[in-house]
Amino acid sequence: MLNLIWLVPALPLLGFLVLLFFGSKIGDPLAGWLATFMVGAAFVVSLGLLTGLVNQPGNTFQQVLYTWVPAGDFNVDVGFYLDPLSMTLLLVICGIGGLIHLYAVGYMQGDPRYHQFFVYFNLFVFSMLMLVLGDNLLLTFLGWEGVGACSYFLISFWFERKSNASAAKKAFVTNRVGDWGYLVGMFMSFFVFGSLSYADILPKAPGVTQATATFIVLFMLVAVVGKSAQIPLYLWLPDAMAGPTPISALIHAATMVTAGVYLLVRLNPLIAASYGWVPWVIAVIGAITLFVAAVLGCVQRDIKKALAYSTVSQLGYMVMAVGVGGYSAAVFQLVTHAAFKATLFLGAGGVVHGMGDEQDMRRFGGLKKPMPVIYWCMMMASLAISGIVPFSGFWSKDDILAFTWNAGFNGPNSSPLGIVLYLVGLFTAVLTGIYIFRIVYLTFHGRARYDDPVPEDILQDNAISEAEYADGDLEGDHIEIHDGHAHEPIHPHQPGWLMLGPVAVLAFLSVVMGFINLPFGKADFLQSFLEKVSNLELAPAGNLAAIPVNNLQTIVMLAIGTSFGAAGIFVAYRLFKAEKLQELPIVGKLPLDPYNQLVTWFMGHPGRVIFDMVEWFDRTIIDGAVNGVGKVVAVAGEGIRRVQTGYVRTYALGVALGAVLILAFVVTRVLSLS
Amino acid sequence: MIATLLAQVANAAETAGPEFPILPALVFVPLFGAVAILLVPATRPDMHRLLAIVSSAMSGVISLYVLKVFEVPDPGYQFVSEVTWIGSLDIRFSLGIDGISLFLVVLTGIIFPLAIFAAKPEHSEKGYYFWLTLLMAGCMGVFLALDLLLFFLFFEITLVPLYMLIGKWGHGRRVYAATKFFIFTMLGSMFMLVSIVALAYIAKAGPGGTVSFDFRKVVEADLSTGTGRWLFLGFAVAFAVKTPMWPVHTWLPDAHTEAPTAGSIDLAGILLKLGTFGFLRYGLFLFPEASIWAAPAFLALGTIGIVYGGIVAAMQKNLKRLVAYSSVSHMGFAIIGLFALNVEGIEGAILQMVNHGIITGGLFILLGYLYSRRHTYEMSELRGIQRSAPVFAGIFMLVMLASVGLPGLNGFVGEFLALLGTFLANHLWAIIAATGGILSSLYLLWAYQRAFHGIPDEKNARFADLKLNERLVMVPLLFLIVLLGVYPKPLLERIEPSVRATIAGP
Repeated sequence: MLNLIWLVPALPLLGFLVLLFFGSKIGDPLAGWLATFMVGAAFVVSLGLLTGLVNQPGNTFQQVLYTWVPAGDFNVDVGFYLDPLSMTLLLVICGIGGLIHLYAVGYMQGDPRYHQFFVYFNLFVFSMLMLVLGDNLLLTFLGWEGVGACSYFLISFWFERKSNASAAKKAFVTNRVGDWGYLVGMFMSFFVFGSLSYADILPKAPGVTQATATFIVLFMLVAVVGKSAQIPLYLWLPDAMAGPTPISALIHAATMVTAGVYLLVRLNPLIAASYGWVPWVIAVIGAITLFVAAVLGCVQRDIKKALAYSTVSQLGYMVMAVGVGGYSAAVFQLVTHAAFKATLFLGAGGVVHGMGDEQDMRRFGGLKKPMPVIYWCMMMASLAISGIVPFSGFWSKDDILAFTWNAGFNGPNSSPLGIVLYLVGLFTAVLTGIYIFRIVYLTFHGRARYDDPVPEDILQDNAISEAEYADGDLEGDHIEIHDGHAHEPIHPHQPGWLMLGPVAVLAFLSVVMGFINLPFGKADFLQSFLEKVSNLELAPAGNLAAIPVNNLQTIVMLAIGTSFGAAGIFVAYRLFKAEKLQELPIVGKLPLDPYNQLVTWFMGHPGRVIFDMVEWFDRTIIDGAVNGVGKVVAVAGEGIRRVQTGYVRTYALGVALGAVLILAFVVTRVLSLS
Repeated sequence: MIATLLAQVANAAETAGPEFPILPALVFVPLFGAVAILLVPATRPDMHRLLAIVSSAMSGVISLYVLKVFEVPDPGYQFVSEVTWIGSLDIRFSLGIDGISLFLVVLTGIIFPLAIFAAKPEHSEKGYYFWLTLLMAGCMGVFLALDLLLFFLFFEITLVPLYMLIGKWGHGRRVYAATKFFIFTMLGSMFMLVSIVALAYIAKAGPGGTVSFDFRKVVEADLSTGTGRWLFLGFAVAFAVKTPMWPVHTWLPDAHTEAPTAGSIDLAGILLKLGTFGFLRYGLFLFPEASIWAAPAFLALGTIGIVYGGIVAAMQKNLKRLVAYSSVSHMGFAIIGLFALNVEGIEGAILQMVNHGIITGGLFILLGYLYSRRHTYEMSELRGIQRSAPVFAGIFMLVMLASVGLPGLNGFVGEFLALLGTFLANHLWAIIAATGGILSSLYLLWAYQRAFHGIPDEKNARFADLKLNERLVMVPLLFLIVLLGVYPKPLLERIEPSVRATIAGP
């Protein structure tokens, strides 16, 4: 059974190729069904692999297809590495990916580039699978860059609009900054280990010097910060919401952005071999990100941007978990987040769809009645992300908090910083409850606002986006633009069951997914599964099993966790009643826009100046010198001006003559010398 | 001169026995084509085109045959064919092929017929096709020559056709660009000629005791450290200009911008490789001590080229100039790979040369199609082409991503190995050079956004998508871009033995 592992990436690859060459003939909606079938089939194969892997001695399986890059001492294969970690991600990618494909079959209906969407979508799933399954850093990098490219294609899917095209470019270039770190990390790995294969480098990691391990981990961390949208490279993710909503759900929430977390967990022996402060750097980056993004999530008006900041914040939790040694907790959070955030995005997509492509929450309200199924699905997922017992997010978030607490008190590497991280995580749980229920209340409760006159600044925004189109000629050739125009009266309606079905399944998963890893007795299935990942026991702060807590302590901590989430929901409710939810007090007055602008300026402006200077230097100094010399010669040669008749033929003849003369001269000189 | 060569080749065929002189055929088939074009009256442009396509394609087919029968683990020169030319000086018309030149020869055999097929001149067909086929013969000769003077001759022969192609069939400032190109490269070559002659004479003191221009013999000469370094620098100047390396690169953007499509394709696809190939064959091999001495400087200059070229490319408004500066950046990877002086780096550099030829050749073919429709390369004139010509946009995107260095496409493998080799030699330069990947994504994606995204205005809405024959031209290149990205092993296993032999010295 395990030998069939190649089939998992091969199926979406086949789907990609078929759709690429015959997609336009297959058409709408068959192309979508084909793509969905391929991912679904890959999920079925993955389930088979799971049964095989559990029975496999060592719980690890490798398969080499062929030698990819053999050069000197460097040798890299195209091969797969299946262990509990890649297995878990495999199920998330194919399972949740399949459901989102199914949703997209309905969501993308009527789009003139329908089949093309699924070309990219299947290619994305293939790349993501290569990322996770690759048995060496280079093959993982292939997937790593591949998902980045697919993300670029899909963010710019409606490329007619300028802001979409800019967002796509921004996402790709930011990711490339991260990829630079990845490259350097790979070089150092090869320099030290003479190999890039996980099976070679991970067991040898404890043997390298702390400085070397730190070098690799810090450069890989640059890659992680880029891919998983951590501070300071997080700004591309909210912009990436320009893509169709299924993309936001699959790529920018459930899978691609979690690749950074996967990489850190995969390289855990190297983190363990680094200096003691390295894990704390990771944890602090995660902590700052999760807090700042949660604050930013509280002030968004666009429902998808609010969810995007929520994703950044949740990714921060995962990165922080890795930093305090909670690898299993990070993966647990990755799994539950994939379920509840996909639900939220697909639900939001349903709302946007049913609201005539309006995304501004100020124009929502009272949608519970026309969209009951979406409401209840999003409610389940919101309770999950807020960490309310017994929904999935509750278990995973408390797992992470337990690890930070533990890092503060126990283990060889403990520091009071762990307590600070714990408190940041706990306080952000309140913010999480606030921002997510702000979305719920603004969208589904209260007075319906979509019939009100359109607020002034929305009109302005729309005028800007209309202007982006105005350069071109839209008439006669109609193309559907999914977001941005909001002039006609809105008739909210719930989408059909093709779209509701996947949302409902995902909502169900966000309720129950926590039960794969309960902190009681032997119910921590996911963790005991992941403990078999090679070298995970080397984690700096040990793992949860090593935390000396009794059941009472566990229950107290769980109670604290859920009460903070509930407090957040309560605050959101009070603000809703006080009609202060649109513009939050305190948080709404923070200079958050200038903050984002500052980050943008910092990333863009100094660079721009340097670029201008270098270009000026090239044009004026270097080429200027060349032309200057040319002019001097020309002036000096004024006397032989008659030769310059300006005809190319004459020039060429002269040149050819000159070349021959020089050659002849040299040859005769040489001859006379001999 | 040609006549004597021909007579001697015929002579060689007799003395060599039944074996067909396959390498001379690579050079002489396009040369015969050029002569035949001259003989056909100017009133038959279709005939000129046909002759050019047939002769270049024949040479291409022969190069593929050479690839097929090439012995894999053999590091030495294969299919060597030698004729004494100037006996008293031991100057010989000798050609041979090894793993280093093999794929550059095949690349020449592929790119030239495609370039001739993809673009037509606007006037004076006869001269145009004559110079193109002559250029092909010259390029083949450079890669195959085993004799220093023969190499120099071919190296110089390539100058005139390109000068003519730019100067006569180019765009606006063509005479300025052609003259600049010519003066730059000619000046560089002069230094090389001095080095060649001096080397041959100094080598006389060596074990053979006679003057020789055969670099396989010359390499055994006992050069003093100082002499070796001076002679190396003579070669290096010529190759640096040709590559082109920073800061002697400014002829390239002008040459590219003004050159006709086929000229740009061949210039970027093949001619730039004459420089990096020369560094490897004549720099690293003949002057190992001087190469080690100069390596830090070349790593620095190569890295500067990568970053500088990328930055300046980002600021360009003209697509052809942008691709020209991207060539400065990409050839920098070949330079640092070579001067990493290890197997990984040099193999990466060779791969980078081949891949850059395929990718940039492809980009210039596509820009030629664009020009034939819109008569401009200015990005401000272009908008929303992905909407009006999705196939063109899709192919452009694929070639562009190969240029960006996306893993799975060919551009990545060479770039990665070159950087890896550099890292093994010097961490810092590799870390800086690796930022080239960020820059390439920036300038290419930005250009793509400006030209292809958005809604097309009236002119761009009429942009016709690629016709069947235009797509067919791209098929072999696209095939290679994907194949060499996922399976570069056939190249690497043929290149490696020769690279090891080059590093090991005689």
